Amino acid sequence: MTTQITSARPAAGPRKGSRRRPPASSATQVGRPGFAWALPAAVFFALFAIVPLIMVAVLSFMSWDGLSSPEFVGMDNWSRLMDDPVMLKSIWLTLLLTALGVVLQTPLSILLGVWAAGHQRNRAVLSVIYFIPLLLSATAVSVLWRALLDPNFGIPAEATWLFGDGNLFGEQATAIGVLAFVSTWQFTPFHTLIYQGAARAIPPVLYQAAEIDGAGRYRQFFHITLPQLRTSMVTSGILMIVGGLTTFETVLILTQGGPGTDTTISAYYMYDKAFKSFDYGTGSAIALALVVAATIISLIVVRVSGYDKMRGSAEGVS
Amino acid sequence: MRRRPNYLAGAGSLFWLLLVGLPLYVMLSATLRTRQDYAENGPVSFPDSFTLDNFTGAFDSGFGQYFFNTLVVTASVIGIVLLLVPPLAYAIVRSRGRTTSAIFRLFLLGLAIPAQAVIVPMFYLISEAGLYDNLLGVILPTAAFCLPMSALILSGAMRDISAELYEAMAMDGASPRRMFFQLVLPLSRGGLSTIVVFSALQAWNGFLFPLVLTQSESTKVVTLGLYNFQTAHGIDIPGLLGAVVLSMVPILLVYLFARRALVQGLMGAGGK
Repeated sequence: MTTQITSARPAAGPRKGSRRRPPASSATQVGRPGFAWALPAAVFFALFAIVPLIMVAVLSFMSWDGLSSPEFVGMDNWSRLMDDPVMLKSIWLTLLLTALGVVLQTPLSILLGVWAAGHQRNRAVLSVIYFIPLLLSATAVSVLWRALLDPNFGIPAEATWLFGDGNLFGEQATAIGVLAFVSTWQFTPFHTLIYQGAARAIPPVLYQAAEIDGAGRYRQFFHITLPQLRTSMVTSGILMIVGGLTTFETVLILTQGGPGTDTTISAYYMYDKAFKSFDYGTGSAIALALVVAATIISLIVVRVSGYDKMRGSAEGVS
Repeated sequence: MRRRPNYLAGAGSLFWLLLVGLPLYVMLSATLRTRQDYAENGPVSFPDSFTLDNFTGAFDSGFGQYFFNTLVVTASVIGIVLLLVPPLAYAIVRSRGRTTSAIFRLFLLGLAIPAQAVIVPMFYLISEAGLYDNLLGVILPTAAFCLPMSALILSGAMRDISAELYEAMAMDGASPRRMFFQLVLPLSRGGLSTIVVFSALQAWNGFLFPLVLTQSESTKVVTLGLYNFQTAHGIDIPGLLGAVVLSMVPILLVYLFARRALVQGLMGAGGK
C-alpha cells in the first residue's frame, strides 16, 4: 500500500491503520509521505550492510586468499573449523569472558546506578568523574590499561606484593582477569546510566508506603528497588552479552590473543584468520557464526524491550 | 524520605571513585612529566618534573595528520547521517505504506549486525571499488552502521509530535514536504542533536573499519594512530598516554558543553 503523496484517498475504506482513530477524517489520510522518503537510506544501508552480510555467508563456502579470485570449496571451511581446537577454545573463552562481564558489571552498576539516582549535590559532582571512562574510545581504554599494567613500567612493577612478578599478560588466568577487568572498567558507567535512569523512574510513593510499613533500607532495596529494575536488568544484560560476543579491540591491544592462544576469543580469531593468515573463507565462517549468535540474542532484545511494538501507540503501519 | 546515609552504596561508590580516579591520575600525571621521571619514580608517585613534550611528541609522530583525518571522517559521517536519517525517520513515523514498514524492519534487523561480521566482505567490496586506503572507504561503511540506531532514536523523537499538528497542516493543504521542513524538522531538534552526537562518537572512536580498510600514514585516524604508537613505542609510556589524553579532548569538550546530548548519544552507542 504505497500511498501516493498527491492522490487524496477518496472515502477511505476500513483499513488496519485507521482503526485506532475512529472517526478517520480525511485530514489523516492526505499529506502522508510515501516510501520514497525512506528509500535513499534503505539503499545505502543495504549496500554497505545487507549485501556484505549476504556475501559473508557466500564467502564462508569459498576459499580466498585476498589475491586470486575466490573459489567454491563447499563445507571445507566449516568442517575444518569444527575440528579446529583453537576455534573450540575460542568459543569457550568468548562465553567465559561474556559471563565474567555480566557477573562483574551487573551488581556494580546496579549499586552505582541506584546510588547516583539520588539527588544530593555531591553525587552529581562525583557522577561526572564516574562517567569519564565512557568518554574514552575502546582503543584508548585498552591502550591506557596496556600502559598502566606494563610489566616493567606499570603499576604491577610497583606493587609486587599484590601482583607477584608483575607480568599479568604472561599467564592465561591473569590475562583473562585483565580483559574482564578492563571491560568492566570501560562499560560499567554505561550500565550505571541505564540503572540510574530506571531508579529515578521508580514512584516515590512505593518507598513512602514501605516506610509506613516499617521496612528498613535493605528490605526496601530488595523488595522495591530490585523488582522495579527488572526490565532494565534484562536490557542491560543483553547489551552486555552482545558486547561481550563482539569484543575485539580490547583483546587485540591488550593481549593479542596470547599468551599463545589463551585469550583468543572468536571475534579476534576471525580477524586473525582473515587478516593475518589471509584465510578469508574461514574468517567469514567465524563471522557468520558470530552474526547468528548476535541475531538470536537481538531477537530476544526486540521481544523483551518491545522495540517491535514501539510503532503501535503512535501510528499504525501494520 | 531517605535520610539515613546508605553505607553500602557509599562504600561501593567510593571504591569505584578510586578505580576510576587512580588510572586517570596516573594518566594525567604521566603525560605532564618526563619519561625519565616516570621510569625512575614509577607511575603512582608525585611528578617532580613538568613538561609538555609528551603532547608535542605526539604531534611530531603524526597525530596532527591523524586528527585532521578523523575530523574529515567524523564530519562526513555526520553529513551522510543528517542527509539520510531525517527523511527515513519521517517516513517510518508518518507513512502507512507496506514498503516503509518493511524498510523499518530491515533497520531493526540491522541493529543486530556487528561490524566484525561484515568486515571480510567489506574489505573485498571496498578494494573492488578502488577505495582501499582512501578515507571515503572508511566514511561509507561507518555512516552505514550509524543508520539503524540513528533511525530508531530520531523516529522516537518524531513520534512525540502530536497528530493534531499534522492534521492542522493537512487542513491547510500542506504537502508532506512542507510538513517535513516546517513542522517535523524544527520540532525534532533534540533528536537531531542526539543522532549527531551518536554518529560523531561512532566515527571518532571507530577502529575496526580504519584498521582493515586503510594502511598508509596519510589515511590514518586517531584510534589507529594510538594502536600503532603503542606497538611501535610501547616503552614510551608518558608519550603514549599523552596521545591518549589528546584523543579524548574533543569528546571532553562536547561533554562540557552538550552534556545531555552526549549522554543520550552514548546511550545509543551502547545499544550497538
